[in-house]
Amino acid sequence: MSCKASGPAAVNPVSAMDYMPVDKLRTIQLERLKFIVKRAYDNVPLFRKRLEERKLTPESIRSLEDIQKLPFTVKADLRDTYPFGLFASPMKEIVRLHASSGTTGKPIVVAYTEEDIRTWSSAMVRSLAGCGIHEGDIAQISFGYGLFTGGLGAHYGFESLGATVIPASGGNTERQIMLMKDFGVTCIACTPSYFLHMSEKAEQMGIDLHDLPLRVGVFGAEPWTDEMRRRIEECSGIKAYDIYGLSEITGPGVGCACEYQDGLHIFEDLFYPEIIDPATGEALPDGQEGELVLTTLKKMAMPMIRYRTRDITKIVTEPCACGRTIRRIARISRRSDDMFIIRGVNVFPSQIETAIMAAESVLPVYQIILTRDHGLDNIEVDIEVNEQIFQDKVAAIEDIKAKISHSIERTLGIRVVVKMLAPNSIPRSEGKAKRVIDKRKM
Amino acid sequence: MKLKQLSLFLENKPGAINDPCQCLADAGISISTLTLADTKYFGVLRLLIRDWEKAKRILEEKGFVVKLVDVVAIEIDHTPGSLARVLDVFRENGINVEYLYAFPAGLDGRAVIIFCFDDPDEAVRKLSDVPGIVLVDGDALFRE
Repeated sequence: MSCKASGPAAVNPVSAMDYMPVDKLRTIQLERLKFIVKRAYDNVPLFRKRLEERKLTPESIRSLEDIQKLPFTVKADLRDTYPFGLFASPMKEIVRLHASSGTTGKPIVVAYTEEDIRTWSSAMVRSLAGCGIHEGDIAQISFGYGLFTGGLGAHYGFESLGATVIPASGGNTERQIMLMKDFGVTCIACTPSYFLHMSEKAEQMGIDLHDLPLRVGVFGAEPWTDEMRRRIEECSGIKAYDIYGLSEITGPGVGCACEYQDGLHIFEDLFYPEIIDPATGEALPDGQEGELVLTTLKKMAMPMIRYRTRDITKIVTEPCACGRTIRRIARISRRSDDMFIIRGVNVFPSQIETAIMAAESVLPVYQIILTRDHGLDNIEVDIEVNEQIFQDKVAAIEDIKAKISHSIERTLGIRVVVKMLAPNSIPRSEGKAKRVIDKRKM
Repeated sequence: MKLKQLSLFLENKPGAINDPCQCLADAGISISTLTLADTKYFGVLRLLIRDWEKAKRILEEKGFVVKLVDVVAIEIDHTPGSLARVLDVFRENGINVEYLYAFPAGLDGRAVIIFCFDDPDEAVRKLSDVPGIVLVDGDALFRE
């Protein structure tokens, strides 16, 4: 199925930075790095203390490589300084606070000055322009609005671009589909799993998304795979773009796929990327896979210096066919803290996800349960049946089950037990199921 | 000549069958007949209901995954050998039975058996002209 025709190519002056000569870009990055390190040193006691412990001052930064001398910032730093400990601006200059959902204990809080909101919006505009979205598009934003950065982040970006925004937020899927159809929506922004849910719902409602003007989806806020992207594109006829971001850095718009859909361009004049070995913290060269570390080069209210994202990716070395000079990272499909070790094998949930999709070409809601019996680790994959998987004949369900377990066993080299569960039996928090339940007593 | 059967996925645990039955009860929907296939971990509940469209909608609203399956109802005498004669016809015509269950009320004092075939269309085509095979449609089966 070919994708629907796009409108005129987006030309937005704000995208000019994407195409800057590399040496000029590096000069700007160094200038901004010096500025932001000084700002954090002067205004954030924790950062100043850490630099002093290492006998460093802002003047220690003379080249971009010098960033490697600086200490990392981790999520726990945000919790430990809750709520305002890492702010570099007085509250009267802060125009917005966002916070994480905080499933365990206190949430983390992030802050923005008016300028920060503008910078964030500009990064979103560059993201959306790269996805071929332009003035005149009608955009439905089905990311959650509120403390989560997804909804408002996308909202400001689409508005700045000149699109018509429908702030639908999450939930009430049937109404979402009605709005999409009745308002002639051309772009949607949400999590990829929510879009798949919407497309199933649309089918039940007798609406074929291919028949609607919808042509672009900007999806993020959770790891997903290329298989899932292809499935989304097939079931709806839209182009599905990957957008990346995290609240600690700014929110959505840190990086985004372009029309070539081959990795995500990082807006590195604003967010400086490094890849490190997650075990040793050592910087890795471009092209090598490791943990993504980001430094906000312009964030006034809350500078983040070498923030460890826990996202595993690599910097792509080949230039992109789109001509952008800002570097790309490969699609993020796993996080270093999602990894578990079973019988000595490192396993990421995304590997199991890919194996399920290889067998069934749909991604059901699943959960991985780890248990230990007489010193031996066992892995069970619970899968919720859905419309595609459920069959009337018991033998047909058993076949699907066997196909999925063989596919996972081929990927991991470990025997797995696959169980079929009733729909909605795996508990969700904010629409996401917890991927791994580790019941092993270590 | 085919009837619509609703098939539901159930987990194999106490109470799993209560929920769909209760939700049909709350909607005042009567189940004409049913059968439950069980495996170690899960079961498939198959229901024959006069107003299957409403039942399907209600069950799906409650979050059940429901499949529509074509089945065929055949009327036979309540006498020894009647079912065996029908099954002989199936064998002679190469018709494979996946599963079967009974329609308890019967029809005019005769028994009704519900069959799920590999290929219900082909089965109906082959059986409709066989003397002694009485296919029953929904109107007759569900009449008041």
